[in-house]
Amino acid sequence: MAKDLQPTLSTTPATSATPAVTPVPAPRASSTEKQRGLRPVSFILLAIGAFVFLFPFYYMFIGSLQTEPDTSVAGAFPNFGNITGANYVLINESITLFRGLVNSGIFTGGVIACTVLFGIPVGYALAQMQFRGRGAVFALLLLVQMVPFQLLLIPLYVLIVRDYGLADSYLGMILPFAINSTAVFVFRQYFLQLPASLFEAARIDGASELRILLQIAIPLVRPAIVTAILLTFIGPWNEFLWPFLVTKDTAFQPLAVSLANYISNVAATAANPFGAILAGACVLAAPAVALFIVFQRQFISTNIGSSAKG
Amino acid sequence: MTTSTTVGKPRDPGSSPGPAPRRRKNLLGRQPLGIVFSAPYVIFILAVLAFPLGYAVYISFHDFFFTAPGVAVERPFVGFDNYAAVLTDPDVGRSFANIGVFLIINVPLTVGLSLVLANALNRVTRLRTFFRVSYYVPYVTASVAVVGVWLFLFAQNGLVNSILGPLAPDPSWLVNSGLAMPTIALYVTWKQLGFFILLYLAALQNIPEELYESASVDGAGKIRQFWSITVPSVRPASFLVTLLATITGANLFTEPYLLTGGGGPDGASTSPVFLMYQQGILQGNPDTAAALGVILVLGVLLLAFLQRRFIGGKDD
Repeated sequence: MAKDLQPTLSTTPATSATPAVTPVPAPRASSTEKQRGLRPVSFILLAIGAFVFLFPFYYMFIGSLQTEPDTSVAGAFPNFGNITGANYVLINESITLFRGLVNSGIFTGGVIACTVLFGIPVGYALAQMQFRGRGAVFALLLLVQMVPFQLLLIPLYVLIVRDYGLADSYLGMILPFAINSTAVFVFRQYFLQLPASLFEAARIDGASELRILLQIAIPLVRPAIVTAILLTFIGPWNEFLWPFLVTKDTAFQPLAVSLANYISNVAATAANPFGAILAGACVLAAPAVALFIVFQRQFISTNIGSSAKG
Repeated sequence: MTTSTTVGKPRDPGSSPGPAPRRRKNLLGRQPLGIVFSAPYVIFILAVLAFPLGYAVYISFHDFFFTAPGVAVERPFVGFDNYAAVLTDPDVGRSFANIGVFLIINVPLTVGLSLVLANALNRVTRLRTFFRVSYYVPYVTASVAVVGVWLFLFAQNGLVNSILGPLAPDPSWLVNSGLAMPTIALYVTWKQLGFFILLYLAALQNIPEELYESASVDGAGKIRQFWSITVPSVRPASFLVTLLATITGANLFTEPYLLTGGGGPDGASTSPVFLMYQQGILQGNPDTAAALGVILVLGVLLLAFLQRRFIGGKDD
């Protein structure tokens, strides 16, 4: 890539005037000056960005506490005369937050459990085992990430809801997401980083593959498991469309679905609809945001980059 | 069975068997247990992705309707009838036009903003973690939750309009047929941007620092360096970002469904996936919905092909 850039740079009038071999002191000084001068620009840009990204979350929280929705500019600041917890009570009466949270938890937990249980062995096998069909399995892993959900929407609905009768069940919700391929890819990447000689030595000593996996490989890739769990968590916790199609019975609806139904059907009849919606939104958003902030180091850019590339 | 095949001495676990003195001829490979380890995943993919994929195409070519489970009915092959029905449906045309509006706003905005912010993030050292986290928070939050705030912010008498005062659009953002889709595009850009910033950040860290150093020695300014070094260096990432943003657009459902009450005003924000839901599941026409899905995916593939031609990314 560097080679491609060289001609572009050398043909510019600016560079043809000054020979690149001899470093001239004057332009260098000015360029560092420019660099220093531009840093605050970057910083201000980032600060404006951070405000735009975080403000809705702050506003979500403030709005959820307002007795009367105050949409004036002053309403964006905390006003102690206008604070109440009633919205949380109100939304809880309409959609039973606890039930929704439990359902979201079961849905998400099921997906995570299947991903860890079935994903780790595949990741290990792809990285450290020689077996027939390994290339095919890896090709499948890459291909899967490109399968568009729009194509699967109708057949999965026909199969899972109509043919297997799994509507209003946790299994029906979990099934299409059961093994997260991105997490499998993360497992493989981590297992690849371990030296092959480690496993060869264990094999020569007569350890079975299962024992190598359980006693050598898994303890060495704990960070991968945390990363994979976090990556997997976001999907089902925030997923709306599929559980929305599968669950009509409120007893099985994850919080995202029951809150969405509240927004589109019930909210209009409530006294302070926005307050109730925002209170529900806070409850739905809090676990994911908290988890992300606590474990933000696991979301290093390279992880995301490599998983997205897969 | 678990260990016996590996007792040999495979000093080279890589790809080439080489001139190893004791080359085992095992049909299933040196560690055939790998097949067992991979089996659940492969079965899962075949059952939940590969089979439904084929089934979608099958449904789209047949007169398919819902029956009670286990009831055998004739579902005659109808050729391209479902496709013809989809392609002549004005609602479908409308929904594709809506997605077009969405992509025209969302894709350039996403690419531009995420590259600029990633570049700034790459230069600044102070508060870096704070910025990274704040950009990523919308991405990890459920769309249903943040949609609630956007409804509040962009309501007729919401905060955005009270700041704009007399400049506020009438009818308001989400109920204005000209502004509903652009507002949704803006929302999705905001929601997804953090993910793309991180993608670009990974790409930026692979650019050798010497390139910038030699460029500044040659007298190239910051802006010039950005256009001549940064932008071409992250081309593979740009391809990925445009592709993923396009796929997001094609998958659009939750946002128009919740922000604009299911595709209003006047169908100005219906998306193809929303029509698939409406026709396939609510109205019981899974055959035309499946055909619509196939057409939508072919459209995405075509766009992906064009993006690859024009943006590149093959050296990734």
